[in-house]
Amino acid sequence: MTLADAQPQALNFDCETGNYHTFCPISCVAWLYQKIEDSFFLVIGTKTCGYFLQNAMGVMIFAEPRYAMAELEEGDISAQLNDYDELKRLCDQIKRDRNPSVIVWIGTCTTEIIKMDLEGLAPKLEAEIGIPIVVARANGLDYAFTQGEDTVLAAMAARCPSQAPASEEEKEERGGLQKLLNFGRKKEDVAAEASEYVDHPSLVLFGSLPDPVVTQLTLELKRQGIKVSGWLPAKRYTELPVLEEGSYVCGVNPFLSRTATTLMRRRKCKLIGAPFPIGPDGTRAWVEKICSVFGVEPKGLDEREAQIWDNLEDYLQLIRGKSVFFMGDNLLEISLARFLIRCGMTVPEIGIPYMDKRYQAAELALLEQTCRDMGVPFPRIVEKPDNYNQVQRIHDLKPDLVITGMAHANPLEARGINTKWSVEFTFAQIHGFGNARDILELVTRPLRRNTALKDLGWDKLVKEDATV
Amino acid sequence: MKLAYWMYAGPAHIGTLRIASSFKNVHAIMHAPLGDDYFNVMRSMLERERDFTPVTTSVVDRNVLARGSQEKVVDNITRKDQEEAPDLIVLTPTCTSSILQEDLQNFVDRAQMDAKGDVMLADVNHYRVNELQAADRTLQQIVQFYIEKARKKGELPEGKTERPSVNIIGISTLGFHNNHDRRELITLMRDLGIEINAIIPDAASVHELKHLPRAWFNLVPYRELGHMTTDYLQQEFGMPSVDITPMGIVETARCIRAIQKVLNEQGATKDYESYIDEQTRFVSQAAWFSRSIDCQNLTGKRAVVFGDNTHAVAMTRILAREMGIKVVLAGTYCKYDAEWFREQVEGYCDEVLVSDDNAAIANAIARLEPAAIFGTQMERHVGKRLDIPCGVIASPVHIQNFPVGFTPFLGYEGANQVVDLVYNSFTLGMEDHLLEIFGGHDTKEVITKEMSETTDLAWSKDGLVELNKIPGFVRGKVKRNVEKFARDRHIAQITAEVLYAAKEAVGA
Repeated sequence: MTLADAQPQALNFDCETGNYHTFCPISCVAWLYQKIEDSFFLVIGTKTCGYFLQNAMGVMIFAEPRYAMAELEEGDISAQLNDYDELKRLCDQIKRDRNPSVIVWIGTCTTEIIKMDLEGLAPKLEAEIGIPIVVARANGLDYAFTQGEDTVLAAMAARCPSQAPASEEEKEERGGLQKLLNFGRKKEDVAAEASEYVDHPSLVLFGSLPDPVVTQLTLELKRQGIKVSGWLPAKRYTELPVLEEGSYVCGVNPFLSRTATTLMRRRKCKLIGAPFPIGPDGTRAWVEKICSVFGVEPKGLDEREAQIWDNLEDYLQLIRGKSVFFMGDNLLEISLARFLIRCGMTVPEIGIPYMDKRYQAAELALLEQTCRDMGVPFPRIVEKPDNYNQVQRIHDLKPDLVITGMAHANPLEARGINTKWSVEFTFAQIHGFGNARDILELVTRPLRRNTALKDLGWDKLVKEDATV
Repeated sequence: MKLAYWMYAGPAHIGTLRIASSFKNVHAIMHAPLGDDYFNVMRSMLERERDFTPVTTSVVDRNVLARGSQEKVVDNITRKDQEEAPDLIVLTPTCTSSILQEDLQNFVDRAQMDAKGDVMLADVNHYRVNELQAADRTLQQIVQFYIEKARKKGELPEGKTERPSVNIIGISTLGFHNNHDRRELITLMRDLGIEINAIIPDAASVHELKHLPRAWFNLVPYRELGHMTTDYLQQEFGMPSVDITPMGIVETARCIRAIQKVLNEQGATKDYESYIDEQTRFVSQAAWFSRSIDCQNLTGKRAVVFGDNTHAVAMTRILAREMGIKVVLAGTYCKYDAEWFREQVEGYCDEVLVSDDNAAIANAIARLEPAAIFGTQMERHVGKRLDIPCGVIASPVHIQNFPVGFTPFLGYEGANQVVDLVYNSFTLGMEDHLLEIFGGHDTKEVITKEMSETTDLAWSKDGLVELNKIPGFVRGKVKRNVEKFARDRHIAQITAEVLYAAKEAVGA
């Protein structure tokens, strides 16, 4: 059988029952409260939500986080208590104890079902207590895991100022960070630096990334003379970027489709649809796409990408020709699969909670192209997968690596199947040229570990080869 | 609405799932939105479970909201019935299904018509009960279900086992050191010449449940889980039960004597006194420890205890009664069972705190400044912040409290483990204190790069004698500090006077 016979002409999309394991989208508070330093996240839900956060976030909970539950009691459900009064009491307390610059209300399944009008209550309460209140409905009825961030950023997009502050004082107030960066330098120097950029309309990037990665990606574009005017979100709520009508925006993560839609429809921004800067191939395609939109000829990307690949060679040797199965739970799957195929792996299945073919169009095109370039069969993309069926397929396919949630990792390992927890990809630094090695560090870790143990004869650690 | 940063007991469905997944070949189906199945993560991670957690979700999404679950729940039950042929499927409501108010019992009835296995609806209300109460209720519900089923079929066995036997009720998955306690209780029963009739729910099959009445009595080691079941068995079959937690030397003896009484009332002729005496005085180390001078040093030290009812009560009594430690505060988060707690700790502590607000406990600890804390994972973190050592004695806990090595809390070996836990907590506290007296931690400036053995400074005989009086674990540190003191003052020979001058200088 030649490869050509095995290759369908286009990507193959399936949809299963949606019976899969993932984190609840309220988990986004765990990384967003750290990212947005002057925020406070109030999750309006039940004990179920609270227990999830407490267990999923592990140790972080003890660092006196800037998030809390507004735990609904029976009186709230049956409307014996007044929602507005209750929320006011809690938000007053938060204001008193923490004095944040913004309170983000996270709506949950319960507030959806009892139809608590958070969007209606917020502006009233905001006026009364004098702190902005942003409402995001990050609930398990509608969304999975990382999509929680999407709902928060979509809500934040509405709060971005629409024009640069006019007066000098206002600028001072808003641009605290900028001032710090320019500290001690003469005005001319700063002006000279600005001229390093080509003249292009303003560009705002969206997606929450750790600050070092923000710096790396910003500098990557600076090499091409492209200036990043701001990031959604910024380090502080008070530093949200200016979004003018006609500004260009570009996403850095595959799960931000609502934010993209909001930026286009509500803020009249122009979306640059690019693959995501995950892996050196993705980063290069991302930079190239942004350059092409601004009519900039990209410089030095060939060498830069080649050099990164060279540095990865020791890891690539471990995974070349091996297969990887994505069970799907965080929406990074398409980009990661595309990168791993470029690394020489084969991917029989990409499970994914939700597939926005428009927002991810460029990424999907790059995946297709990568499969052709590498001469491997197209993966089967399974939206809303069924974990039970997937485990059957894993037993049939015997992939070299399964990327999966923590609910399945230990049971699969006990059956001699290498696994990597998918959640780590969400918290690790995986964007840009410099972090490609970190992705492979994660991907190869189970292979390296299990190679170290392979002569011990312990790869199967359950009694009978389980039926499932 | 309540502003909450942390909670001690989980939501009701966690309790139901803990029971369902403790049994062999029982599957739970949660009626819940996507993401509520984090129980699987907890079990897989905390217990390092090798098998897939037998819990799936019948997902509540927008469509369910708009049109109701309709066939979905029934389909999911019958599908699971075919795929894995479980003996029992427990449909588990969550906070979400509580407010949707769908007729889940109807789904169960319909699914039961097609399913080969049994199907039941867990009877728990999210807004009324917590994890612990729900677990208690679910266990009782399953036991009752199978007793009634057997009775209907005429399969209920008659009479008791030939020799004295016991049902151990309440060992469950994700329970604090439950798997180790299980092993220790089995050993204890063997020593006492008592057969194990059944252990539920952990690793039990639902088919065993009809044999429960054959045991001579029930043993409920934990206050939180099993009482509803034993009450039911008492009511139906007149089965006596022993509910004294055998944690600590005194309570273990009390538990064994209660067992003796229960058995002898049914015609056995057991006398466990010599066993108790032998174990207490010579086999277990806990009684000897209380007498040893190590423990003498703990006399009157102040401790705070907080946890679930079982462990907080037992720990309070051990500290106060068996070690002479002053328990300045004992507390529980089991508010629903507060009265029992107060009764049990009365006379063993200065103050009682019943609260599930972690800030209230943290504030109490800060106010009381105990020498050690015995609490949950949360109190451990409070201790870290306040620089007070903490031994973890109760859930909620992290993965490090699911140790691989044998560490029961119950029985005679459990008493040994508790001794180590207590002693290590206090010793660490004392070490800290000594370091403080003799001048701080290693973060202070380094004197020489050489080890102090190669120093040019001379120690006089009496200086060395005094140095050797300092406890070994801080001696090196003290020596270096004294030498630094001497070097700074150009003192060539270190005598006892210099040593104490150094100590005073640090104090000043």
